[in-house]
Amino acid sequence: MNESWNAAGPAVAARAVTKTYGNGVRAVRGVDLEVPPGEIRAVVGENGAGKSTLMKMFYGLEQPTSGEILVGGRPRVLRGPSSAIALGVGMVHQNLMLVPSFTVAQNVVLGVEPGRRGLVDAKAAVETTARLAEESGLAVDPGARVDEVSVGMRQRTEILKALHRRAKVLILDEPTAVLTPQETEDLFAAVRRLREGGMTVLFISHKLREVREISDTVSVMRAGSLVGTVPTADATERSLAAMMVGRDLSLDVHRVPARRGEVTLRVRRLGYEAPTGQSLHRLSFDVAAGEIVGVAGIEGNGQSELAEILAGLRRPTAGTIHVGDTDTAGLDVAGHRRAGVGYVPEDRLHNGAALDESIADNLVVDRHDRPPLARRGVLHPGAVRAHAERLIGQYAIRTPDPSVPVRALSGGNLQKVIVARELSARPRLLIASQVTRGVDIGAMRFMYERLVAARDNGAAVLLISADLTELLALSDRLLVLKDGLLAGRFDDTTGLTEKHVGLYMLGVEHHGPEHLTAGLDTGEEPAA
Amino acid sequence: MSSVLDVVLSSAFLAAVLRVATPYLLAAFGGLVAERAGISNIALEGQMLAAACTGALVAGYSGSVALGALGGLTVATLLGLLLAALRLELGADAIIAGIGLNLLASGATAYAVYTLLDDKGGTSGLRSGTLPTVPLPGIESVPVLGDALSGQNLVTWLAFLAAPFVAWLFYRTRFGFHLRAVGEKPDAAASVGIPVRRVQYAGLALSGALAGLAGVFLSMGHVSFFVRDMTAGRGFIALAAVFLGGLRPWGVFLAALGFGAAEALAVQLGTLDVPPQLVSTIPYAMTLLALALYAWRRKRRGTGEPVPASL
Repeated sequence: MNESWNAAGPAVAARAVTKTYGNGVRAVRGVDLEVPPGEIRAVVGENGAGKSTLMKMFYGLEQPTSGEILVGGRPRVLRGPSSAIALGVGMVHQNLMLVPSFTVAQNVVLGVEPGRRGLVDAKAAVETTARLAEESGLAVDPGARVDEVSVGMRQRTEILKALHRRAKVLILDEPTAVLTPQETEDLFAAVRRLREGGMTVLFISHKLREVREISDTVSVMRAGSLVGTVPTADATERSLAAMMVGRDLSLDVHRVPARRGEVTLRVRRLGYEAPTGQSLHRLSFDVAAGEIVGVAGIEGNGQSELAEILAGLRRPTAGTIHVGDTDTAGLDVAGHRRAGVGYVPEDRLHNGAALDESIADNLVVDRHDRPPLARRGVLHPGAVRAHAERLIGQYAIRTPDPSVPVRALSGGNLQKVIVARELSARPRLLIASQVTRGVDIGAMRFMYERLVAARDNGAAVLLISADLTELLALSDRLLVLKDGLLAGRFDDTTGLTEKHVGLYMLGVEHHGPEHLTAGLDTGEEPAA
Repeated sequence: MSSVLDVVLSSAFLAAVLRVATPYLLAAFGGLVAERAGISNIALEGQMLAAACTGALVAGYSGSVALGALGGLTVATLLGLLLAALRLELGADAIIAGIGLNLLASGATAYAVYTLLDDKGGTSGLRSGTLPTVPLPGIESVPVLGDALSGQNLVTWLAFLAAPFVAWLFYRTRFGFHLRAVGEKPDAAASVGIPVRRVQYAGLALSGALAGLAGVFLSMGHVSFFVRDMTAGRGFIALAAVFLGGLRPWGVFLAALGFGAAEALAVQLGTLDVPPQLVSTIPYAMTLLALALYAWRRKRRGTGEPVPASL
């Protein structure tokens, strides 16, 4: 299938490619890009910079409005993924394209199943998958159901899918967004091995540290155009960030030392028996007004459960939780809101917003039932709109109109809608979970400033994140969760290194119970 | 009470279960195929009804039972394709479109019968014949089972073969593999180059054909005429069997058989001294009970999902 490849030319290339959507949006403007065979090319840019659209054109999911796409050194018309696959292009999508109830092997062969006369040879599928896994070093369990394996294995399954189709070009769209640090390491090792075998890899990301680690060259996109391509060795995170946003921008957050006020969140011997997922055991900690307490840990060690308990989405099975003087352990979500809890959920698409509803409506869901937005149970549309326009301005949400459904917003803008709603309610306690996951560097910086501002205005902030750099940059104090238990507590984050905290995340080190509970009042009753 | 036991344990009752379960089985498998293809076929009822009517009319006018059956199957298949087209080409909600097709089938069959035969009730004035029964050689000598199995209709055998057929189709063939992928995760199927719509059209055509066979059995199996609205909700009960059976071929088989047994029981109890109104509610009460049980089991199994929304 690849005999039409011209060995001398680039593996993939775009020539003066422009993509204009039906609604007039020009997502890609006159991009010229060449990727030679056997190179790992990172493509970076903010959300909406056009990198995903460009990749979709290489994979046949979108067709260029003008210009040419080249695969294997020749201009091609890619009518759909099947023609891209036939030419040797494979793509691993950000939201993985796997059938959950199928096994790993079934997903790998789906579409090009082994077998004769319309039948599927299940045994051959397992053997093929095992062989590909062995050759590429991408460890998977061929017989396991995809919905029962880790995210990392799902992603390896996706790569094996491309290998099974004899891909010579592999497009990885934000592959590390869902991975733990260890899984990311493994992925990078596998990608390097694929390169040794002659694979061309396009690596889409906005995590500049990872780009520096994995790629040979970096192409930077901004507002639909290609800004430049530089050898990775010559680039720094700072220079790349400047190219991405068009001005010098650093993620260093300026923080004055925290002025701790009274204890706002008081958690004592909190326990939770999870039907599925991670259970929690005997968690005790405080978060005071005016401080940011970070929660570190490898994903799946109880962070999600803890956040959802504190937000009222799950009920703890043991222990007490107080927000101020209110015992919130038995309250529903509305009760938590009344007690002054704000919540930015980790899965913003699922829990954070009603995607088909407008920005304006999403901004009032927590306060639509009272003045000034409603009077005697009847909404005041003018007030709802004015409220939305005010927050859109304050939080720099990029949208033509408050009536736009939030589904149409980019990841960073959608997150701004949620953060705007939660912070404008002036919570005394903010639970912020994976606030910057999948948002671009500009929005990231904006979120950081807002969180620090909320802290300085006296809010207690519990910041849960998989990004250790972020935790160390923002947290006044840091807790580490491991297997649903507190494994570490750092009351001073200055000088704390990622490596050191990593040891606690992995369970190599842990603090003793006296250190973890030092200074906490032990009484069952809150000190009024 | 002992008389009830006598009824249930007789070979005549077993024979009745097989007979009564036939349309449930076929329609339920029709529903299962559509559901797994990702489009709910709530129009099973209408497809059965249209097939029953077409079958009786074509057989009556042409004098050929085979031609009648073929006509019925064709109409139901076309209705399956029509539902798919409404969903896929026009973006209609499958449930609303299905309700529309059911109403259309009910009205159109009554209208056709009245126009052609000047009869508001059915096609009893037309001589249309029945589908053949299949005697199994030697089976009569087996005690109890023999009496029940001998002389069953061809379609009844097909209905019982439908379970292994659908299981084979789903889990062994490339088409079934693609159908399940398309129904569960259309994006994933499309991203590996599977023609999603084509697979869904094929699934809905097969779904309609299976419902059509169930309909043909109603008007040409043991009776030789069509009666207005003769499906009497069987399409919906079959749909309940699809979910009760956990969307798996053998589960659906057992659920449909259970509903068949419940109706057969109702018929048999009708001959005893039990109020007929009460008896005729048995299949429907069974359906409700079964669905409640299904929901309860699902809840107990627990998906581990927290409260869905954050607000």
